[in-house]
Amino acid sequence: MALLQIAEPGMSAAPHQHRLAVGIDLGTTNSLVATVRSGMSVVLHDENGRALLPSVVRYHADGSTDVGYPAQAMQSSDPHNTIVSAKRFMGRGLRDLPGAGSMPYQFVDAPGMVQLKTVAGAKSPVEVSAEILKVLRDRAEKSMGGELVGAVITVPAYFDDAQRQATKDAARLAGLNVLRLLNEPTAAAVAYGLDNAAEGVYAVYDLGGGTFDISVLRLSKGVFEVLATNGDSALGGDDFDHRIYCWILEQAKLSGIKPQDARLLLTRAREAKEDLTAHPEVRITAVLSTGEMVDLTLGSEVFTEITRSLVNKTLVPSKKALRDAGLEVEDVKGVVMVGGATRMPQIQHAVGQFFRQEPLNNLDPDKVVALGAAIQANVLAGNRSGDDWLLLDVIPLSLGIETMGGLVEKIIQRNSTIPVARAQEFTTFKDGQTAMSIHVVQGERELVSDCRSLAKFELRGIPPMVAGGARIRVTFQVDADGLLSVSAREKSSGVEASVVVKPSYGLSDDEIANMLRTSQENARADMAARALREQQVEAGRLIEAIEAALHENGDRLLSAAERAEIDEGMASLRSALEGQDHLAIKEQTERLNHISETFAARRMDQSVQKALTGYKLEELEI
Amino acid sequence: MNIDFSQNHFELFGIAPAYQIDAIRLEQAYRDIQAQVHPDKFAYLSEAERRLSMQWATQANEAYQTLRQPLGRARYLLHLNGVEIHEETNTAMSPAFLMQQMEWREAIGEAKSARDVPELEHLSGQLRAEMQVQQHKLADFLDRDRDFARAAEIVRELKFMEKLREEINHALEQLES
Repeated sequence: MALLQIAEPGMSAAPHQHRLAVGIDLGTTNSLVATVRSGMSVVLHDENGRALLPSVVRYHADGSTDVGYPAQAMQSSDPHNTIVSAKRFMGRGLRDLPGAGSMPYQFVDAPGMVQLKTVAGAKSPVEVSAEILKVLRDRAEKSMGGELVGAVITVPAYFDDAQRQATKDAARLAGLNVLRLLNEPTAAAVAYGLDNAAEGVYAVYDLGGGTFDISVLRLSKGVFEVLATNGDSALGGDDFDHRIYCWILEQAKLSGIKPQDARLLLTRAREAKEDLTAHPEVRITAVLSTGEMVDLTLGSEVFTEITRSLVNKTLVPSKKALRDAGLEVEDVKGVVMVGGATRMPQIQHAVGQFFRQEPLNNLDPDKVVALGAAIQANVLAGNRSGDDWLLLDVIPLSLGIETMGGLVEKIIQRNSTIPVARAQEFTTFKDGQTAMSIHVVQGERELVSDCRSLAKFELRGIPPMVAGGARIRVTFQVDADGLLSVSAREKSSGVEASVVVKPSYGLSDDEIANMLRTSQENARADMAARALREQQVEAGRLIEAIEAALHENGDRLLSAAERAEIDEGMASLRSALEGQDHLAIKEQTERLNHISETFAARRMDQSVQKALTGYKLEELEI
Repeated sequence: MNIDFSQNHFELFGIAPAYQIDAIRLEQAYRDIQAQVHPDKFAYLSEAERRLSMQWATQANEAYQTLRQPLGRARYLLHLNGVEIHEETNTAMSPAFLMQQMEWREAIGEAKSARDVPELEHLSGQLRAEMQVQQHKLADFLDRDRDFARAAEIVRELKFMEKLREEINHALEQLES
């Protein structure tokens, strides 16, 4: 690979080519897609001029779907087949969903992640999310007039590995190339920080429909450094609706109501919550399917009272995040409010009191995450160079392994800057032992049973030796998306057996391929065409990158023979590109990638050297 | 991929290997390197290139986290000089230090069971001051005297003190939530 596109400031390899990239905020309640157009980040609208897409999917018996407003309109009359807030189920098993009993769904407890029974069969939350992403992809491609190079998808900062992996799987299923999973508060910080040229320590308080994040960042000279993050991935505006819903049931003395009535009252509860941001009291009326009438008045004082414990649940993580960052409330220069739920007056009040300052509300809390994601997508797609910025994000929850007695030994601490890796050595405890099992968990608690189990895998083929003889080095790598992979190597025997394990809750490649096949049964030709196009784009990108790299310093870094080899590889790829065989193009692309690896590594070394030149000189002066 | 892992952390950032370092310069060097190698700069390139970038960025993070913490830096310097600390196995301490440790532990335990947050915070401050004294000693042993055996001893002691600090923080966290 190579082709490190390290352009000089202000110089881009191909200045006229704009790669189409979007930022997507895949929300619990609403989703949005945004892009950078003429240097401005803008939210893309549907044909009716609406920016928000309700995150609601309704399944029909023939497998077709309604997504967004049409689905939302049917949620009361068809509650089993209309899935709302699927984000809450991402990467979650049934036992992780304590409130599942009161939801109008029929859950199927599949291994790793729940599924929901619909007329079109059992659907995983990943598939539901993919339907939402597909609609946003189509919206973007129509609006921008071309195929997307990739997307930045935002996730709550406090999402664990299982939830992140599920989100990435959903994007793959929707045919999106994920440039990065970006933490929602970090996306908001980018939008806010660039807009306001902010410098200093900021907190981002992000209360969405179903998730809460607090991130503490230091903004300085173009670097967005996340110092600490905390949150609750099962707390959001939905829970405030639910408190009102319970209050309605109690006041109206209702019990054992039908799913469609539950859905109706939840909708009324949400409307009441929204109205209470502007009015001191609201009237709630509904006619249930049994003919019963609901007619109640809810005042803001009662609303504040019944949701006080929810508000407090956001302040504990805020305190922890500050402590982890090693900071006091006084160190925080501003608190950026994100997420529609932060419109609630009691939230504004509580946050103001906690941070001892007026929260910053000058951005649209519904859109700021998507806008920030679009700005980052534009950078990641390679549309800017030189003057861009750097995001240093962290892993929200510690990673560990199970040790004797069901205890957790932490391998990677929470709030470590990513990407991060740690290696741990293991040995055998019995003579002739040839296998050992490793259990990876995520969380802060001491007992394995209190943490999230991410993966259990067995290392086999260890050469039989006396107890303690084998040396197995297990490496835990967390990438820039916050996703974990584990590899292991047996060193002492001289044989290096290496395995790479992806955590098991996610979907296997086969499963994704299967889902893709079912969803596109009739579109085989389309798939082949897409594969060819993707391969052509990839090959074109590679050629372009190598040419720019050769132009820049090919003469200096390559011998004549090495140069000839790369030229030959490029020629072969070009001739493959003249045909229509996507496999041939793929093969030549991989070959050229391989040939150019040394060149890439040398360029990387050189650029690191260059970054340090100034320091080296100083060193000499000492 | 030839990441030069033989390069030590100090060399990576182009600073002289010493306990006393210019923290601002270290941070700037770290940021300059990340600006070149961070995976965000390679997201649209091929898989191999992304992998290379991830390895470099991981290495830069590791090096930076090691050097920015006084204890990590001391431990690493000793390692470069062929002195391993064996923190887990070597627990030989001077009787005076062990005595002091027991007193600390008692004080923390008492404050904890009395749910005395101000006292815990006071202890935390005291501990921080004592750790600073130790760190000054470390600077002398490592940079001036090059007395690595004494330095290793201080590192082991600091490790104990760090555990005390974690204990206090843990107690505070429990009392506040």
